[in-house]
Amino acid sequence: MSEAALRVENLRTHFFTRRGVVKAVEDVSFSVAPGKILGLVGESGSGKSVMGFSIMGLVDPPGRVVGGRILLGGRDLLRLAPEEMRQVRGNRIAMIFQDPMMTLNPVLRIDTQMTEAVRAHADVGRRAALERARDALARVGIASPDERLSAYPHQFSGGMRQRVAIAIALLNQPDLIIADEPTTALDVTVQGQILYEMQKIARESGTALIWISHDLSVIAGLADEICVMYAGRVVEHGSVDQVLDEPLHPYTGGLIASVPSRNRRGEALRQIPGMTPSLLELAPGCAFRERCSRADGACAQDPALSSPAAGRQVRCFHPLTQGATA
Amino acid sequence: MAAFVIRRLLQSVLVLWLMSLLVFVGVYAIGNPVDILINPQADQADIARAIAALGLDQPLWQQYLTFLRQALLGDLGKSFAYNIPALQLILERMPATLELALAAAAVAVLLGIPLGLWAGLAPDSWAGKLIMSGSILGFSLPTFWVGLLLIMLFAVELGWLPSGGRGPTSLLLGIPVSFLSWEGIRHLILPATNLALFKLSLIIRLTQAGTREALLQDYVKFARAKGLSNARVVGVHVLKNILIPIVTVIGLEFGSVIAFAIVTESIFGWPGMGKLIIDSINVLDRPVIVAYLLIVVSLFILINLAVDIVYSLLDPRVRLGGATD
Amino acid sequence: MEREPTPLQRLVADFARSRLALAGLALLALILLAAVFAPLIAPQNPYDLAQLDVLDGRLPPGSKSGNGLTFWLGSDDQGRDILSGIFYGLRISLLVGVVSTLCALAIGLAAGLCAAYFGGRTDSVIMRLVDIQLSFPSILIALILLALLGQGVDKTIFALIMVQWAYYARTVRATALIERGKEYIEAAMCLALPPARIVLRHLLPNCLPPLIVVATVQVAAAIALEATLSYLGIGVPITEPSLGLLIKNGFDYMLAGQYWISFYPGVALLLTIVAINLVADRLRDVLNPRLQQ
Ligand SMILES: Nc1ncnc2c1ncn2[C@@H]1O[C@H](COP(=O)(O)OP(=O)(O)OP(=O)(O)O)[C@@H](O)[C@H]1O
Ligand code: SF4
Ligand SMILES: [Mg+2]
Repeated sequence: MSEAALRVENLRTHFFTRRGVVKAVEDVSFSVAPGKILGLVGESGSGKSVMGFSIMGLVDPPGRVVGGRILLGGRDLLRLAPEEMRQVRGNRIAMIFQDPMMTLNPVLRIDTQMTEAVRAHADVGRRAALERARDALARVGIASPDERLSAYPHQFSGGMRQRVAIAIALLNQPDLIIADEPTTALDVTVQGQILYEMQKIARESGTALIWISHDLSVIAGLADEICVMYAGRVVEHGSVDQVLDEPLHPYTGGLIASVPSRNRRGEALRQIPGMTPSLLELAPGCAFRERCSRADGACAQDPALSSPAAGRQVRCFHPLTQGATA
Repeated sequence: MAAFVIRRLLQSVLVLWLMSLLVFVGVYAIGNPVDILINPQADQADIARAIAALGLDQPLWQQYLTFLRQALLGDLGKSFAYNIPALQLILERMPATLELALAAAAVAVLLGIPLGLWAGLAPDSWAGKLIMSGSILGFSLPTFWVGLLLIMLFAVELGWLPSGGRGPTSLLLGIPVSFLSWEGIRHLILPATNLALFKLSLIIRLTQAGTREALLQDYVKFARAKGLSNARVVGVHVLKNILIPIVTVIGLEFGSVIAFAIVTESIFGWPGMGKLIIDSINVLDRPVIVAYLLIVVSLFILINLAVDIVYSLLDPRVRLGGATD
Repeated sequence: MEREPTPLQRLVADFARSRLALAGLALLALILLAAVFAPLIAPQNPYDLAQLDVLDGRLPPGSKSGNGLTFWLGSDDQGRDILSGIFYGLRISLLVGVVSTLCALAIGLAAGLCAAYFGGRTDSVIMRLVDIQLSFPSILIALILLALLGQGVDKTIFALIMVQWAYYARTVRATALIERGKEYIEAAMCLALPPARIVLRHLLPNCLPPLIVVATVQVAAAIALEATLSYLGIGVPITEPSLGLLIKNGFDYMLAGQYWISFYPGVALLLTIVAINLVADRLRDVLNPRLQQ
């Protein structure tokens, strides 16, 4: 797996708030190969966005990456000087945010916001940069890009704005794109189109993609591998087929059972009982045990990540056995 | 848009009319107009002639109409002290006041925006805290007292700058201005700083709050995610967003800068309208007082009106006719 | 069993948690005492001409007068002890500031409550007036009035009332409108309770916290404005000098290097304003429910 576009090892990102330390990302490892899509799943507050910002080097204070390595093409991003890291951002790694209504600056024209991203990394003139901006807009399916370039964001619909954000991410042909729930705020048809386009772009250009979502059904149709996060930790990791067909962690099992699907028509949908624990000063032991039907005394200890099969990992003392879902 | 402008115009006319009524009542009904409008040194025959000329033997409402008509024609009486028409006197002093006010606005903007940005970018640093506490002081200290301190320090103790007066002026498009010569600038520095102080504090606070707000926005984080330099993120993405409210406030506050020039001009002996009105009050040069009040209030109404209209033009939602989605 | 602290006790405890605010309060108390007891504590009665000697004029701080009195802060051109002048000047400054604020408060309160309670035409007329007035800077309004009325303590107070009432009217109306929209007031109005009762029992108490904050800030603003007007020579008369007038009287000597005649009254003015603002700042934090958690 030496050809991974990005490899994250034992990453830990903590927020040092006035009320205590929030361990938003704790000991997370994974890797993505070029042209592959990794789905990062987890419920709200499980640390997915913080994970993405940690890779970008954009964790807001009072947060800080406190340990681990982030290897991009063999370089540890955590060891780069600020200026070197700036050259990586938007150039080798690009990120797309959740809310398209908020990501574009309302007082700057689209062409400004696109050309500046080109010219921050390449010594090209304004015309060449505009050229690239127009191509990128065309690639994400925006009609008459020339006119659109001179518009302001508020003249675009939500779906169009997200396409613009994706086009900006594509501008410099990055090695990796982190997409943080980019379609959650959009309606289902637009969501479908964008998913399809992104998948195509990743395959064609060999860009690795980390797709963050709380929606397992989106990931199911899109990703090659799945990483399930719970309370800041990876609790399960494997290929899409493995994880969806044979979930090992009780939390993953619960997630799958709560997705409406054709296979289990007629069966009642199940909800995972309880709520996400607060990450503030989390007590030791499995973070899921308050909600887990399989919990017992052993679960008061921290479960370690184990690897029951090749390419599979799970963090649980009593993993589900084949066929059983929660 | 047109309806808005018309409504604001009507309102301005109403305020102006109210003002004329107030001045009229103050001068003719409460005070004795003979005292107020006729030079106390005049002899009996002069007084009789003036009374007839001013129509002071007429009923009050007719006097008001006369007053209004003369005011509209620009005849606001002659200054006792200078013996020239009050209106002309005030118009002669106006450029000095405008220059001072513009210089003060420039100081407030050129210092206030960078300081506010700094305080907004590093709110917990000692510099940020110092800037913000300084701006609180700037709000609460009376202008005249700060002016005295400035004179005491820079003119009396250090002797770096003159303590008052306007210094030499040169003509720019026929208007006398100070800022074209070094000596003139030296005279301008202290009064402009003094007058700027209050607005400077205001701009610092606006900029600081705006910066902190903008830094939390997704679009700033997205700009960083594009790999833009810090200078570009702050100088373009943050600044451009906070500039619109700041420009509006500067416009709105310009009238108040002119009003507060009264204080600064008196301290620094700056020969503008403000010093003129205080001198006139002190020597009871009443035609000048009446003329000043009417002119300044008109000026004020005009500025407010202009700012309102310009702002409604600048507001992108009004200008661009809303979103297309 | 421990008793629940009353709201007032909680406020006091909250207030006391800020050292700076307590320091401001202590300073303010000292200033008030100095003003109230000026005749008892001042080394000299600065307005008793028999006690003054022109030969003692413009002595620097620390010098002794002909009859053995020490001028701790120096003396003015008439041989007046600056410190005594400050104590007496504080009386005038505080009197003008406090009286004008209280009167403006009463007027603004009445106007704001009327606007909020009656709504409709009453509301729009009152608020139009408030808007127009607030679009002019305070100094201009005070100047217009004093130019027409002439000097005087009473006239200065009147001008300051006219300057301030609109702030209160706006604050009161805003709070009262929020309160008026709540169900219990609507119920009371349906029950046809007398308006006076609704206004006094329900609307008024809810308007008090923001009003107290605005009033504290305004006292400082009124004192500063009075000082400015008196400095310009259009506020209080020379026979009843406030701090502002004392500063004016020393201005010419200051240019000659005899700074103390203006400077120390100025310091007194500064301390007064800063002390009031420190207290006001803390009051705002303590009384603002949004900031409490
Ligand atoms: N600035 C911050 N200060 C303190 N804690 C923070 C901060 N930002 C994030 N956190 C904490 O980090 C945890 C993970 O947040 P994150 O935004 O990564 O969740 P998420 O998985 O992206 O959720 P969502 O699906 O809602 O976007 C949360 O519990 C949150 O409390
Ligand atoms: S470790 Fe225990 S509590 Fe945690 S998921 Fe596994 S069984 Fe449930
Ligand atoms: Mg998120």
